[in-house]
Amino acid sequence: MSEEQGPKKTRSFKLPPQLVNTGLVPLLAVLTSMVVGGLIIAAAGGNPFAAYAGLFEGAFGSLNALSETTVWASPYIFAGLAVAVGFKGGLFNIGAEGQLAFGAVAAAWIGYALPGMLGADIPAVLHVILAVGGGMLAGGIWAAIPGFLKAYTGGHEVINTIMMNYIALNLTSFLLNGPMKDPNPMNVVARTPLIVESAHLPPVFPEFRFHWGFILAIGMAVLVWWLLWKTTLGFEIRTTGANLDAARYAGVNVKRTIIVTMLFSGILAGMAGAIEVTALNYRHELGFAVGYGFDAIAIALLGKNHPAGVVLASLLFAAMRNGATRMQFLTQIPVDVISVIQALILLFVAADTVVRYIYRIRSRDERFSLTRGWGK
Amino acid sequence: MSIVLEAHGIRKQFPGVLANDDVSFDLKKGEIHVLLGENGAGKSTLMNVLYGLYKPDGGEIRVNGQAISMSSPRDAIEHGIGMVHQHFMLIPVFTVAENIMLGMESVRGLALDEKVVAERVRELSRDLGMELDPNAYVHDLSVGVQQRVEIVKALYRKAEILILDEPTAVLTPQEVEDLFKIMHDLTNRGVSIVFITHKLKEVLEVADRITVMRGGKVVGSTTPSEISEAELANLMVGREVSLTVDKAAAQPKETVLEVSNLRVLDNLGTVAVDDVSLTVQAGEILGIAGVQGNGQTELVRALTGLARVSGGSIRLDGQEVANASPRRITELGSAHIPEDRQKDGLVLPFPVMDNLVLNTYYLPPFSQGLVVHWDRALENANQRIEQFDIRTPSAMTHVGTLSGGNQQKVIVARELSRPIKLLIASQPTRGLDVGSIEYIHGQIIKRRDEGVAVLLVSTELDEVLQLSDRIAVMYRGKILAVVPAAEATKESIGLLMAGITEKKPA
Repeated sequence: MSEEQGPKKTRSFKLPPQLVNTGLVPLLAVLTSMVVGGLIIAAAGGNPFAAYAGLFEGAFGSLNALSETTVWASPYIFAGLAVAVGFKGGLFNIGAEGQLAFGAVAAAWIGYALPGMLGADIPAVLHVILAVGGGMLAGGIWAAIPGFLKAYTGGHEVINTIMMNYIALNLTSFLLNGPMKDPNPMNVVARTPLIVESAHLPPVFPEFRFHWGFILAIGMAVLVWWLLWKTTLGFEIRTTGANLDAARYAGVNVKRTIIVTMLFSGILAGMAGAIEVTALNYRHELGFAVGYGFDAIAIALLGKNHPAGVVLASLLFAAMRNGATRMQFLTQIPVDVISVIQALILLFVAADTVVRYIYRIRSRDERFSLTRGWGK
Repeated sequence: MSIVLEAHGIRKQFPGVLANDDVSFDLKKGEIHVLLGENGAGKSTLMNVLYGLYKPDGGEIRVNGQAISMSSPRDAIEHGIGMVHQHFMLIPVFTVAENIMLGMESVRGLALDEKVVAERVRELSRDLGMELDPNAYVHDLSVGVQQRVEIVKALYRKAEILILDEPTAVLTPQEVEDLFKIMHDLTNRGVSIVFITHKLKEVLEVADRITVMRGGKVVGSTTPSEISEAELANLMVGREVSLTVDKAAAQPKETVLEVSNLRVLDNLGTVAVDDVSLTVQAGEILGIAGVQGNGQTELVRALTGLARVSGGSIRLDGQEVANASPRRITELGSAHIPEDRQKDGLVLPFPVMDNLVLNTYYLPPFSQGLVVHWDRALENANQRIEQFDIRTPSAMTHVGTLSGGNQQKVIVARELSRPIKLLIASQPTRGLDVGSIEYIHGQIIKRRDEGVAVLLVSTELDEVLQLSDRIAVMYRGKILAVVPAAEATKESIGLLMAGITEKKPA
């Protein structure tokens, strides 16, 4: 073979290419977005340094700020993991928003209505498990439907999860305005009644809102990592995602794997909604948890679909959301700037050629494809 | 003869690889100059530099004695350089004329003037003795005819210098002969041709001069009269290689694979495999010869569980496996080297380690069910890399970054490292260099001698003739004849491949 005596290798790499792709590029994307965001703030007449200082203070400046950042981060982590699992399996789950909403509705219903229906109290631990588990199941089934359609009819999951979003969000609106509406005569809002206390997932410390859901989210990240990289099922999901034909050739049941991937993705999204209900709001309300499912796509991309990356990206997004209010209070710079910066991050991560160009990072000969082509 | 194209001291650096290292090359008017080398030797890089696709990091290009600088193929075309790529650059849903005028359309007012173009295409192709119908749609044409469209397209752009990149890789033996005829016709008219290949026989048949590249450098220049095929192979590979396959007579034993009256439909629902019956015994190689697209792909996919069987039966080791899952067929002891290694056989962004357990990851010792023991997979990978001489920096290197030959070795290592009764090898050496071909042929023979039944499918007639103990010829979905390899000649099989059966009734 000529490869060895062949073309001379030259010394050029400082960082292993793996680390450049998954670490350096996202980091530089964030940095660049902050710089561009700073310029926008300056152009609007603000002081970017003061703004970012305010942002930092609001996100990390006190124990309470830290606690609030984790409260923001929990649903981001769950939903980010949901989207990342889909991507790993070659499926673009845009439906996390709807799956999350159904997860919240199911958890709320189990939380407030189930004891009454059974005519008995449910022990606290069991009730929490039932509520969260019900939310996971609702989200999972809602995602498994487009998974099934993809596997057996070739219907593209992007279209179908978007359609399922419409159904889920409108159905949620109907339920919260109708059958599940909080019957309190003072209530004019589309929301469910409060869940009973046995279904509460308690805060870790009574004086902060920091709750067990965040710890559960970290636990899920570890579980997802273990499942994807250490188990046979995870290998099947990743193989199907990376090369469907090779997976079929290798004897993987790709139809089943596609459905399982979507089911698992939906379970995580449903969990995001269920935790918001059981650990934070103690009810579901239209307008709670809006946009998490879409932010999750940005988080999964920024985290390069790795659970650790998703946790870091979630903390970043959470810190920005949480710190924004403090920033606005201190500097009068509107919180919307944060949305601009988050959008820029997504832009730079998705179009990482731009980042590579700015920082002169050579691209590896690798094409990153989010999802497979249309049809089979 | 005057020198029409000259490259001097070309240097081209890619990240981590010096693909062209001080390469000099010249082309005389009216000659066929073969550029020979293994995959990765730097031939294509050099040609892409000459066609304006790559900007060289150093060196000079001269056309008719004048130094030029090119920044795109458009510049190359202006200097009279045309290129026919290995993968055609035609638009299937356009007609021949539309494809040819693409990029330099004749217009009348705002409308395309297809008539004028069609007339000129007709003239040009008739002139060259290869009738082309300008109004035919490209997707209706055979691969050989599509290649002619590419050639006419270059000539239509007034190319005086033609670069043909591995043009014979996709052709049948007859089409290759036709192509050589066309090439000689062209050189008689003063066109100069650079012919890129790694097939030695062709080189000696067609070349006026030969330049051999290895490892990004020119390692020798010669003419066919000065060198033998074996010497050429050694020069190209850089060591002694054997061009013939040494094998003892087959000792066939029990029947392992028995196919009866098999019928398979292709994606479009037309019959691709039509009433095929064949058997393969342990310890023999049954070769299936045939021009590409005569049902071999569908036959193999049906045998391996990847395509639906619509009639007939497949018995593997006595068990019915028609429409069984790929996994069940694999577990019964069938190994499959797929036709398209990058599409079916490998997961390119995964490490070598993962690819080596692609179909055994769930079995002991790699797993007892739930968890994959990657430490054992790594151990396995290191053993296979050693045993099958896979040239990779490590077991964790992504398979997509390896050369084609080494990618194929990963597949061969995986498929041949478990206890198997049947090996289905489909185009096992397509696109590989001499060294890898030698190795893979050796491995196939070794398994046969160990008592494995081998079904070899190849469109390379030489390969089928060299390896097989019996040869079946497939034509339009049917097996026309099965002949003992000892009685087969290149001519008799070649006729059968073209569907002509008078001489040898099936």
